[in-house]
Amino acid sequence: MERTKQRLFEITTEPISVDEVNARVAARSIGAITSFTGVVRDRTGEREVKFLEYEAYSKMAEAMLAQIGAEIQQRWPQIEAVSIVHRTGRLAVGEVSVVIAVAAAHRPDTFDACRYAIDRLKTVVPIWKREIGPSGEVWMESRPGGDFEGERLC
Amino acid sequence: MKIRVKLFASVRQALGRSLLELELPEGATVADLRAQLKSQFAQLHLENAGVLVAVNLRYAKPDQVLHDEDEVALIPPVGGG
Repeated sequence: MERTKQRLFEITTEPISVDEVNARVAARSIGAITSFTGVVRDRTGEREVKFLEYEAYSKMAEAMLAQIGAEIQQRWPQIEAVSIVHRTGRLAVGEVSVVIAVAAAHRPDTFDACRYAIDRLKTVVPIWKREIGPSGEVWMESRPGGDFEGERLC
Repeated sequence: MKIRVKLFASVRQALGRSLLELELPEGATVADLRAQLKSQFAQLHLENAGVLVAVNLRYAKPDQVLHDEDEVALIPPVGGG
C-alpha cells in the first residue's frame, strides 16, 4: 500500500468522498487516521438554509492548505500525512463541503492535529460561502479579522 | 505601473466585477494600494469590512512593495468549512 500520488491539498468542484481522502494519507506505517467532515446544515441559528454557494481563490487556497499541513507536521512531528479537500460551487443540505484526514502511526496527536486543521482553515484559507435561504442571501464570515501568526495585516 | 487586482465574494459583488486594474507609482506598497482603492471606490470599506490584501498567494503586510508582475487579490473575511 503506497501513498497515492494524488494531491493532498485540493479545491474541487466534485463531490468529496471521505474514504477517498482517507486513502490519500494511508500507508503501511499508518495505524491511525482521524478525519473531519464538514456537512451543509439546514439552518444557521433561526435562519433556514436551502443551499450554500462556496467560492475560493483556488490557487491561494491550495497553498494555504499546504501551509496548514506543514504547520501540523512542525507542531506534531508524529503526524505522517495530512490531506485537506474542500469543495466549491452550490452545495445542498447534507452534502460534504470539506474533508480533512490526518494520519500517524499512533492515534494521540491525530485528534488535536485534525481540530487544528479545521480551525485554521476557517481562519486563513480564502474560501467564502454564501447562504441562500427563503429570506435571501448572506455571506457567512467566520474569520474574526485576520488574526494569524506572524502575518498580521493591514 | 499597472497592478491587476483579483476580487472575490462580497468585494466582487460590491464592485460588480472580478478584476480591476490600478495605476500605481513605482515602489508603491500594499498600504498605497489600499489608499488608492479607498479613494477610487467609496463603496469599499476595506478596514471596517476586514478586507486583507494577498500578494503572490500570501497575505501581505502594509509595507510590502508591489511589482507590476505581482498577483494581487483582495481577501474579504473568509468563511470556509
